[in-house]
Amino acid sequence: MPASLQLNEITKRFPGVRALDRVTFSAEPGSVHALIGENGAGKSTLLKILGGIYQPDSGSLIVGGVERHFVSAASSIAAGIAIIHQELHYVPNLTIAENLLLGHLPHHYGFFRRRDAVRTAAGHLQRMGVELNPRAKLKTLSIAERQMVEICKALLREAQIIALDEPTSSLSHHETEILFRLVRDLRRQGKILIYVSHRLDEIFELCDACTVLRDGHTVATHQSLAGVSRAQLVEEMVGRKIDDIYNYRPRTLGTTRVEVSDLTGKQVTRPATFSVRAGEVVGFFGLVGSGRSELMHLIFGATRARSGSVKIDGRPIRARHPIDAIRNGIAFCPEDRKESGIVPIRSVTENINLTARQRAGWRGFFIDFAREFKVTDRFIQRLAIKTPSRRQKIRFLSGGNQQKVILARWLNLADVRVVIMDEPTRGIDVGAKHEIYNLIFELAERGCAVIVVSSELPELIGIADRMLVMRAGAITAEIARDDFSEHLALSLALPDEQAA
Amino acid sequence: MKTETTPERKVASPPGSDSFWRQLLAFLLEYNLVFIFLAIFVALAFSVRYFFTVQNMLGLALSVSQIGMVACTMMFCLASRDFDLSVGSIVAFAGVLSATVINFTDNLWAGVAAALLSGAIIGCVNGVIIAYLRINALITTLATMEMVRGLAFITSHGQAVGVSNADFIYFAGSSFLGISMPIWMTIACFVVFGFLLNSTVYGRNTLAIGGNPEAARLAGIHVERMRVVIFLVQGVIAGLAGVILASRITSGQPNSAQGFELNVISACVLGGVSLKGGSAAISGVIVGVFILGTAENVMNLLNIDAFYQYLVRGAILLAAVVVDQQRTRGD
Repeated sequence: MPASLQLNEITKRFPGVRALDRVTFSAEPGSVHALIGENGAGKSTLLKILGGIYQPDSGSLIVGGVERHFVSAASSIAAGIAIIHQELHYVPNLTIAENLLLGHLPHHYGFFRRRDAVRTAAGHLQRMGVELNPRAKLKTLSIAERQMVEICKALLREAQIIALDEPTSSLSHHETEILFRLVRDLRRQGKILIYVSHRLDEIFELCDACTVLRDGHTVATHQSLAGVSRAQLVEEMVGRKIDDIYNYRPRTLGTTRVEVSDLTGKQVTRPATFSVRAGEVVGFFGLVGSGRSELMHLIFGATRARSGSVKIDGRPIRARHPIDAIRNGIAFCPEDRKESGIVPIRSVTENINLTARQRAGWRGFFIDFAREFKVTDRFIQRLAIKTPSRRQKIRFLSGGNQQKVILARWLNLADVRVVIMDEPTRGIDVGAKHEIYNLIFELAERGCAVIVVSSELPELIGIADRMLVMRAGAITAEIARDDFSEHLALSLALPDEQAA
Repeated sequence: MKTETTPERKVASPPGSDSFWRQLLAFLLEYNLVFIFLAIFVALAFSVRYFFTVQNMLGLALSVSQIGMVACTMMFCLASRDFDLSVGSIVAFAGVLSATVINFTDNLWAGVAAALLSGAIIGCVNGVIIAYLRINALITTLATMEMVRGLAFITSHGQAVGVSNADFIYFAGSSFLGISMPIWMTIACFVVFGFLLNSTVYGRNTLAIGGNPEAARLAGIHVERMRVVIFLVQGVIAGLAGVILASRITSGQPNSAQGFELNVISACVLGGVSLKGGSAAISGVIVGVFILGTAENVMNLLNIDAFYQYLVRGAILLAAVVVDQQRTRGD
């Protein structure tokens, strides 16, 4: 008998916060149940309670009709629950077979039996319908494939309840489809799937039911998504109406601000040439690995270009290091906020002033703390950064607020002329997205040239004046705003054999 | 360190009677290093004879003065997520070199200059290899540690280099307000490097680099150059410590300061400098230095065999790493 899952009136308090307040959630076998809400709504806490990492203060957790009290992650796993976290846990230098069977590798008097391991693993992979070579090392796989290995590992432990936390946040379009296929297979096998995501399109495409959390409360539970509109979900999540989260505002464009000619690098194999005018928002679309991120790194001087040149306001610049680019008025918000954007253990103040202080003060040596505090407080207010104080370490802020801090870092400079944003809204909730789009338009209205790289097509269609499409290391097409369509952009971005 | 009240911080504790003690321990480990040290200090003052006397206190301070100076720069090194094992060898080499130069020129300042310059060069080499050639700091400084120790033996032909120059002996032997020169210098280092860390772009950049090197680079910090400077300054201060040590013992000894680098690093780690980089405080380093000095001093006063002192020093280092682990758990 497949287990059903019920969480009743779960409450969890942390010092000073009630993270979950009588949250009720239930899911049936053979269905995909979405769990949505803004950052800080309590999704992660709920998953951690399900995973046995936190213990609830009150409320009950019933799996297959039996009330359970998980004292640790191990007891949750033993009850057939698997949580696939955003950050995956695997050994990069071991093969798929070894990773799958880790902890109970087949052996003969202590000698590892590789052939048995490969055979067993291949059998499992086949049964799950995953086409992967069990001899491949994990580090050679794409993130989507690593995720699949992780899911397979959960299935090997006979997991009946599988929770996926933002599984598609770093997947390309194609990879997402592969993941969806696997999720649908699992649903057919009668598993309970819990799907946490910010992307409403995915929810409508994949999920059967949906529970919305806000500020630690269950706001709504839809047993079926039929007849539920996107706007309704957004309203439930945010608690207020947002008609058009993009709020596109047409602008008059100025002269050519940035001119890139024949730029090439390791991944940008064909010379990239394009220009952006003052006040223009240009979107870059392409699959992961198409070279779009590297192109931005080349412009910013974070990666050395092999050839080509960049001109700002008609004046050629040579960026060998980000410092050179910054001096010429280029700002860059990197793709991976945690890895290359924020300094997690330092305060909001330090993160905002990181760049500005390099040139401020007496020969850039002494720090004017009074000024920095004033600047920080101003940005916290202006960008509505949610933080208990400017001294708070930035890693305790939500993704959206971290992104606002990074934006503040650049807005802090008086002479920014070009703003490059790589995936500015990845992993950010709807409310914060809305605010970031507003900031993008504000920057453009100030006369900046704004370049936005994104793998979310609706986002680019919503905010860009013009879209450039990259494929396999080359800029392959340009689409004007009037011709924007998801179908067109996607068909231009996909490799030829998949386009059909 | 500021108190955190954020939910993510909270480590779930299983229901049981030990949670109170565990919380108390965590509290003490996290915030009250100075407090613990003071408690031990007071206890020792009452229980160990001659411990809390002016003479012994000055002796204690003098004995940790070189460690204290170099701990200041090691703090920067660790805060930027790096490591330097070569400081002990630099101390020995700088001592030998300054003694040799002074014997040759009969000029104290020529000797001091030679020592500082040699320290700067070695530090610079360390920094360039680590920052630009991207070689692991542990391996790089392990290699330079061996090489510089070799240089010390070559320069001195394996013998102690005695110095009779009066200026040189006066250099570390003089005192002001009853406190000897090396102690003043150490205090100066604490003040200067504490100020550098907290109030200058140099110090804050160091912490940013240790906290996230890639983010620091993309934010426009010249990470490579910063790292070279950090190692260079470390070399200079180690060179200065070498001269002072040589002056104190009136000779340059090629086999002096063995294990010095480990004492310096343990002092830093004891003082709450994270080995993961990104967080450091001068107050912690001062306490760390004094914990090491006090332990050694008390063992001497209690006539504990020198062999056992190694055991205790090792145990303190181990304890320091465990403390570091506890402190940064969940980060």
